[in-house]
Amino acid sequence: MNKERAPKIMQQGLLMPLLFIIPALLILTFFVVYPTINTIGLSFKDAKGEQSAAVMCQEGQPCWGPFENYRHVLTDEVMLLAFRNNALWIILMVTGTTGLGLLIAVLVDRVKYEPLAKAVIFLPMAISFVGAGIIWGFVYDYKSYGSQIGILNAIVTGLGGKPIPWLTRGPWLNNICLIIVGVWMWTGFCMTILSAALKGVPTEVLEAARVDGANEWTVFWKVTVPMIMPTITVVITTMVVNVLKIFDIVYVMGGGQPGVQVIATRMYQEQFIKYNSGLSSAIAVVLLLLIVPVGYMNIRRFQQQEVMR
Amino acid sequence: MSDKAKRILGSIPLHVVIIGLCILWLLPTFGLLITSLRPFQDINETGWWTAFLSRRDPEAADRPRFTLNNYVAALVGYRGRKTYAEACLGENPDPDCAGTGLMSPQGMGRAFINSLLVTIPATILPVLFAAFAAYAFSWLEFRGRQLLFAILVGLQVVPLQMTLIPIYRVYTKFGLNGTFLGVWLFHTGFGLPYAIYLLRNFIGSLPRDVFESAYLDGASPWTAFFRLALPLATPAIASLTIFQFLWVWNDLLVALVFLGGTTPVLTYQISNMVTSLGAGWHLLTAAAFISMVVPLIVFFSMQRFFVRGILAGSVKG
Repeated sequence: MNKERAPKIMQQGLLMPLLFIIPALLILTFFVVYPTINTIGLSFKDAKGEQSAAVMCQEGQPCWGPFENYRHVLTDEVMLLAFRNNALWIILMVTGTTGLGLLIAVLVDRVKYEPLAKAVIFLPMAISFVGAGIIWGFVYDYKSYGSQIGILNAIVTGLGGKPIPWLTRGPWLNNICLIIVGVWMWTGFCMTILSAALKGVPTEVLEAARVDGANEWTVFWKVTVPMIMPTITVVITTMVVNVLKIFDIVYVMGGGQPGVQVIATRMYQEQFIKYNSGLSSAIAVVLLLLIVPVGYMNIRRFQQQEVMR
Repeated sequence: MSDKAKRILGSIPLHVVIIGLCILWLLPTFGLLITSLRPFQDINETGWWTAFLSRRDPEAADRPRFTLNNYVAALVGYRGRKTYAEACLGENPDPDCAGTGLMSPQGMGRAFINSLLVTIPATILPVLFAAFAAYAFSWLEFRGRQLLFAILVGLQVVPLQMTLIPIYRVYTKFGLNGTFLGVWLFHTGFGLPYAIYLLRNFIGSLPRDVFESAYLDGASPWTAFFRLALPLATPAIASLTIFQFLWVWNDLLVALVFLGGTTPVLTYQISNMVTSLGAGWHLLTAAAFISMVVPLIVFFSMQRFFVRGILAGSVKG
């Protein structure tokens, strides 16, 4: 037992705690724990989830036995494309949201209308990816001739250029245009967390650095950033997890183009369009494996908080 | 030049950048709002930014500049090229009026109600169950408490995708696909790890004396939970409720898999209009705004709790 003995009210035998946690425990077991284990099992089975995945091997073709689904996940061209796209999402969206979030947090810290400006940046967080998809679909609207109703192409043609099919020109432009929507939605999230961290930096420390002759630029990079580094790390890891699971934007705005698919949309297609639960499960497991390291960091963070308490 | 004038001049670039970013952030949504209010003939001819300029097309002069017709059409699911009132409410309704109406499964009106029916229980259930569990994890002693809680924190990172297929198979077996109950339970299960984590952090940090003295006064854990823990945890519960509400309201994937077209919610309805029906911009923009009304109200009225919830550690899986 710890130094402080648990208060009497905490010692209620076994029945009382059980009554409090049983609803949550039952639902979690059935809806999170069981499916997770089941999905791992299905990933080694065939499309219908009945026989071992090894039966899908064909003579003369490479075969990984029960890992056949994983061979597809890790070698098929469509999957490699999805991994590439997801990697692009992570690189651009995580740096975009964190960078812009930090920039805006630093800037608005110096003006009186800070709450208003923050609310504006934060606003897209409240709406759905689907709604954002419509908003931006309209921004990116493309007509091959005539007057443009999408604002971007109106600007391009106004400057004398040819209209650009933003959402269908591969291999990079279409992906980047979708990622911009993600950045627009999630920058507010990063800004909010980073702004709170900035306010936690003691002003005396900043003043001391300024008195020593450091300019604002140096103060920011040499004092502020190191002091809020733990928060920046949290923001980055949280964003990596979010981006790994990105689905809605690509589903709504991608129009089914193979060139913009990501891991989560591939998984959906395999299960609910091609009815291949084995391959779909294997994709989900790979996604889980990609997320676990970050999850481990989150648990560590939690335990550190417990120690500090 | 005085120091003050210099300071004001020096800060102009700062204001320009901030205001520029704010305009950039608002512009797409503003364009959507304006577009949704224009007659559809105008929408496809000219950009929304011309809505306030003089019209070049003489035929357009007798049309109103702004109208609510797109909203009416989106709500009742009318996809024709007239206004809903002209086409469907007269003595001889057009053929494309078939199946339209406020409760039509292809309209946003019905989808709005479905969204409410999905979201409200799918918000209350996890918050309630999480509050019970969080109380036990904070103020009741039992074996394996720390371990169980550590597992729970770990469950937060299990992605939704990991659970879809087995639950879908089980639901198919028990006829739960396309039912509200199925979606409520799924959202509850998926929302619980984060909900318990957040509430346990809050309830666990309440002062210990409060619970000890309640016990000395003869209060049972139930009384302590309902009379002390719940009221004291109101700020955390408010944050959590807003998060869960917006999460379910804005969710597409779960609705797509478990409800689909039989019980369309707002997000499903819109994505369906985009992907398979190719509805015009006049309908899409109005539909998108209808789906955004509730989140925007929630956001503006409860922004404080929203921000607090994010700061409490949003690592939802």
